[in-house]
Amino acid sequence: MNKGMFNKKLIGSLMLAVLLSACKSTPMVDKPAGVEDKSPSSSSVAQADGSADTSGVKEVVIDSNANNSNNPLNDPNNILSKRNIYFDFDSDAVKAEFRPLIEAHAKYLVANNNAKLILQGNTDERGTREYNLSLGQRRSVAVKKSFNLLGVQDKQIETVSFGEEKVTPNCADENCHQANRRVDIAYANE
Amino acid sequence: MNKLLNKLRPVLLFIISLFMSLAISPANAALEIEISGGSAQQIPIAVVPFGGSIVGQSSSAAQVGNIIGADLRRSGLFRVLETGGVVNRPTDINQVKYAEWAALQAQALVVGRVESLAGNRLKVSFKLVDVLKQTQLAGMEYNIAPNQLRMTAHKIADVIYQKLTGEAGIFASRIAYINKSKGRYTLQVADADGENPQTVVSSNEPIISPAWSPDGSKIAYVSFEKKKPIIFVQSLMTGQRLTLANFKGNNSAPAWSPDGTKLAIVLTHAANSQVYIINANGTGLKQLTKSSAIDTEPTWSPDAKWIYFSSDRGGRPQIYKVSSIGGEAQRVTFEGTGNLSPRFSPDGKLLAMIRNDGGKYRVALQDLSSGQVQLLSDGGQDESPSFAPNGRVLLYATRVGGRGALAAVSSDGRVKQRLSESGGDVREPAWGPLLN
Repeated sequence: MNKGMFNKKLIGSLMLAVLLSACKSTPMVDKPAGVEDKSPSSSSVAQADGSADTSGVKEVVIDSNANNSNNPLNDPNNILSKRNIYFDFDSDAVKAEFRPLIEAHAKYLVANNNAKLILQGNTDERGTREYNLSLGQRRSVAVKKSFNLLGVQDKQIETVSFGEEKVTPNCADENCHQANRRVDIAYANE
Repeated sequence: MNKLLNKLRPVLLFIISLFMSLAISPANAALEIEISGGSAQQIPIAVVPFGGSIVGQSSSAAQVGNIIGADLRRSGLFRVLETGGVVNRPTDINQVKYAEWAALQAQALVVGRVESLAGNRLKVSFKLVDVLKQTQLAGMEYNIAPNQLRMTAHKIADVIYQKLTGEAGIFASRIAYINKSKGRYTLQVADADGENPQTVVSSNEPIISPAWSPDGSKIAYVSFEKKKPIIFVQSLMTGQRLTLANFKGNNSAPAWSPDGTKLAIVLTHAANSQVYIINANGTGLKQLTKSSAIDTEPTWSPDAKWIYFSSDRGGRPQIYKVSSIGGEAQRVTFEGTGNLSPRFSPDGKLLAMIRNDGGKYRVALQDLSSGQVQLLSDGGQDESPSFAPNGRVLLYATRVGGRGALAAVSSDGRVKQRLSESGGDVREPAWGPLLN
């Protein structure tokens, strides 16, 4: 086995580790993902140590290739580059302050019939992952209804949820939890 | 009792760290194990370092004995004795000088050896000896490929465990979990002792909810690689991936039927999260629950008659059950602020769940015949309970110092272990079936 792969073991180090309490105020913006599925037909991914495995697990690697051309959706001076809608605790009500943002995206969608939007609901990290996935869905559905009222067709919108997967972890205060309760707007093929 | 445990903890940590650094130096070992508690009546057992040598192998025969000893110790049911002071190192029963082992107060003794065979094969043999009666309790020989040495040691530990406790072992099994490190998510499988970790799939988008097929050959999981949760089923041997469910909206919470032919899944393609059944090849989708609430986290009863799931149809999330062929749902849990993530013990008698008590999420175990509930964990954000194949141990996710770690607790609450990975954030454990 490759000695270079040897991870120094630090038993109990986690118990002593300084708690990472830093809580970013800016939410993570969703990164576009591309998929490279290295299933058996394509070139195989070598195991790190190159040796045969006891049980023969074949590794699959998925990589993102964030690469966007110039367009209004990514122009930082354009409201269309704004993608986050925040929610109050235990609420899926879309607040008035986010109306201009939603109207701008609605206008873009009406003008660009082929554009497709994905609304990604997020929750704070309290509770189980799968349950939060379902909770985040409620928020994305609430935002979708706002778009529908502005004339955007159902076929242009997909509502999904990331639950607690994309939010800032280890929140120490309510501001941090608040930043996590949001719907992110993403366009298909971004 | 707790005070005593606290006193013992540094000692245990030292012994275990010493043991592990001796035993498995070259491996790219990931999960570290810390043990606390133990059975009141531990069986004193000595495992003599295995004799013999392996031609052309960096791994030594001695590691076999070390792995067996570590497995038995981790169960909490054995006191594994130090053998360093014993001069004679028997590798077969006819070499055992019983007085020496009786002096160590060993009740049972494990001896064995590893030999190289032609064609790059190894022969591993062992004997389990009753020191008091001076008789053989068990003995086996294995003809294996060199890379099966570690799993063979686990199988031997299972034989010993079964012989001396009367219950099936769990050492020759694997666990799956998600490791998040440097922004990358990897679904890994490791031996039940946390060693020999291997990557099943890695992605820069989240992966959650791994679920073993009942035969252990595949894992279903939820990947966000296409900006939304999609369920994949991946063969461990070939890496081949089947997109099990990629419907509009969320696709999540896969749970295999006991016979492996179907999965319960959760979709939002109509509107809110609802439970569906789908064939393991992705055909034959049928809606199972019909509510305007959240229905999620389905799991099958071992007899396949019921699907248990969590739902907020009554306000706070609680656990409900519905016949796996459909019908009205019935509420199962009533206590606590809420209950989530139901999981059956293999015999169907116990239901593990995550109980929310005023914002603290912990592993609870409910006896389904008496209704009695026992809290098994003491964290605040414990998640994802998963039974070992013999039902004696539960693996779950906890947090230590702001990071995800895995923990295990015996179903009687007496023995606790923590598995952590240095530098990683580990979550979503799932205990796989026993390997044959």
